[in-house]
Amino acid sequence: MSEKTIAQINEDLLRPVLQTTRRFWIAMLFLGSIVAAAVGAFLYQVWNGIGVWGINRPVFWAFDITNFVFWIGISHAGTLISAILRIANATWRRPVTRCAEVITVFALMIGGIFPIIHLGRPWLFFWMVPYPSERQIWPQLRSPLAWDFFAIGTYLSGSLIFLSYPMIPDLALVRDKVTGWRKKLYTVLALGWRGTPKQWHRLETGMHIMAVVIIPVAVSVHTIVSWDFAMAPVPMWHSTIFGPYFVAGAIFSGIAGLIIAMAFLRKVLGLEEYLLPIHFDYLGKLLLMMCLIWAYFVFSERLTVWYGNESAEMAVFWSTQRGAFAPMFWTMVFCNFIIPFPLLAIKRIRNTITGVVIASWAIVVGMWLERFLIIVPSLSHKYLPYAFGSYRPTWVEITILVGSNAAMGLLYILFSKFVPIIAIWELKVGSHKPVFVRKQVTVIRESGGTDPIAAEPGLLTTDI
Amino acid sequence: MHVVYGLYPDPDSAQRAFDALRGGGEASGFDSRRIAVVSSEPFDGYEFFKKDHKTAIPWLAVLGGLAGGIAGFSFAAYTQAVYPIPTGGMPIVPFYADGVITFELTMLGAILTTLVMVLLTARLPNWRRRLYDPEVSDGKILVGLIDPPATSRAAVEQRLLEAGASQLKEFSG
Repeated sequence: MSEKTIAQINEDLLRPVLQTTRRFWIAMLFLGSIVAAAVGAFLYQVWNGIGVWGINRPVFWAFDITNFVFWIGISHAGTLISAILRIANATWRRPVTRCAEVITVFALMIGGIFPIIHLGRPWLFFWMVPYPSERQIWPQLRSPLAWDFFAIGTYLSGSLIFLSYPMIPDLALVRDKVTGWRKKLYTVLALGWRGTPKQWHRLETGMHIMAVVIIPVAVSVHTIVSWDFAMAPVPMWHSTIFGPYFVAGAIFSGIAGLIIAMAFLRKVLGLEEYLLPIHFDYLGKLLLMMCLIWAYFVFSERLTVWYGNESAEMAVFWSTQRGAFAPMFWTMVFCNFIIPFPLLAIKRIRNTITGVVIASWAIVVGMWLERFLIIVPSLSHKYLPYAFGSYRPTWVEITILVGSNAAMGLLYILFSKFVPIIAIWELKVGSHKPVFVRKQVTVIRESGGTDPIAAEPGLLTTDI
Repeated sequence: MHVVYGLYPDPDSAQRAFDALRGGGEASGFDSRRIAVVSSEPFDGYEFFKKDHKTAIPWLAVLGGLAGGIAGFSFAAYTQAVYPIPTGGMPIVPFYADGVITFELTMLGAILTTLVMVLLTARLPNWRRRLYDPEVSDGKILVGLIDPPATSRAAVEQRLLEAGASQLKEFSG
């Protein structure tokens, strides 16, 4: 990649934007059909009411809330990781950042839809928004559900800006390369960007501030999602460990989602020369670390519950260890630890993209199961045995789940059709040599000093 | 505004052009504020790229955050005071619970202030015709002099060419 000229980088990375292949249309048709089916299932639910779902007393939260937590977790792939790598000035991040940031924005959008679907009457979602109403309906600001609204709103706003800022120079590049209606479109989108030193500096300053601000916001978002559960006195929910446990799980699933998306882009858009095996190796190492942290949290949480031996909590505990939910629990352990740990720990396997991608697929499946297992077993074993219940999803919920995954793919492909999926200008910065040779220093020599550089007292400016 | 400019293939030749226009401190040199530079990537470390680096955006972001935090806490506390509900002996205006809203709106305030200030100081959006050359997107670096005096016009052109520009162009707008 380092031997490529700027013209070649432009050509390679603008090709997906400028050329539309048959593969693109096939993918659109396939994913669009699944999304259409999911929209159909949603409309069926709107028409018939939430009786078409599998939820029933005492399990009132199931697939929709699982999907909500799962997608908010996936959203941690992008902005958080991108911000950390940007602050650390990790140069290998350059081809990865935009792929990651896009995941955040779309995952948040998809995740944010699920609580609205879950309302049952989604057209009343605006009741969550504080506005003066003659019925005096006002959000309960002590509730974690209201906190969710603010946290997700802030994270989505921040992530959109974090994604959009560095897109501006690339949109200006596309503007210079297209004609007709697209020229007009990209002229508007590029906001009149030229690339003066002032504009570049403001862009970099803005990105730096955003990177610093967005990290605590990202951590707060999944912590607040965890508090949706932890603030309720429900067995195995009311736990102080839930905040960091959820954040760790979110980063874990997020990195896995990012690796899958990168492997997909690499193949479909022909980006083999930009998304290199070394990028998968580095992300694989991060994934390995998160795998161990996740295992530590799960063990810690389970051990504490088991040691306490409190009857209501143990009912939930045993239902996941050897009861109705045990097959899912052990599949989760298998997917989140038994499969990925050796794949990621053995260097020879981690150095293959296939190995890292297999581990990532297992983790994505395992993390969805984890979210389900946090929610449903606790609700179905809540304190009094006569109130125990069960849950089985219907075709409506399963179709919407599958559709949300297809929507992610569809949005991702559409985005890469309109915007270069790799930040071209950032890649160019990484492709030229370090330039510190031109930095000027001013040597101030005291009168009568022996500075070997300066010949006479006063100021001397020299190149180093 | 009238600009005479050259397009340079690499940052070293752009730096030479920048130095030549400044005249290396000679009396015939031009103030760096009159030297226009446009590039397709940032060139940190080069002197021609050091223009206009002073900014108060980080401090304004802090102020925006403070404003957001105050607004967030006031909003939550006012709501709880105006719509009081039974809290079972707990405070009507709870510090910990309102802290969440305060934190999120602090961050939102900082984010939105940064957005607005970056756009304002970078003068975006601005769709009017301004100094630009599409060759910049192919990696060329534009270096030129704004409103060159008629008396030294030939000398300016000579300096730009000697620094490595393949040809000179003009912009009026």
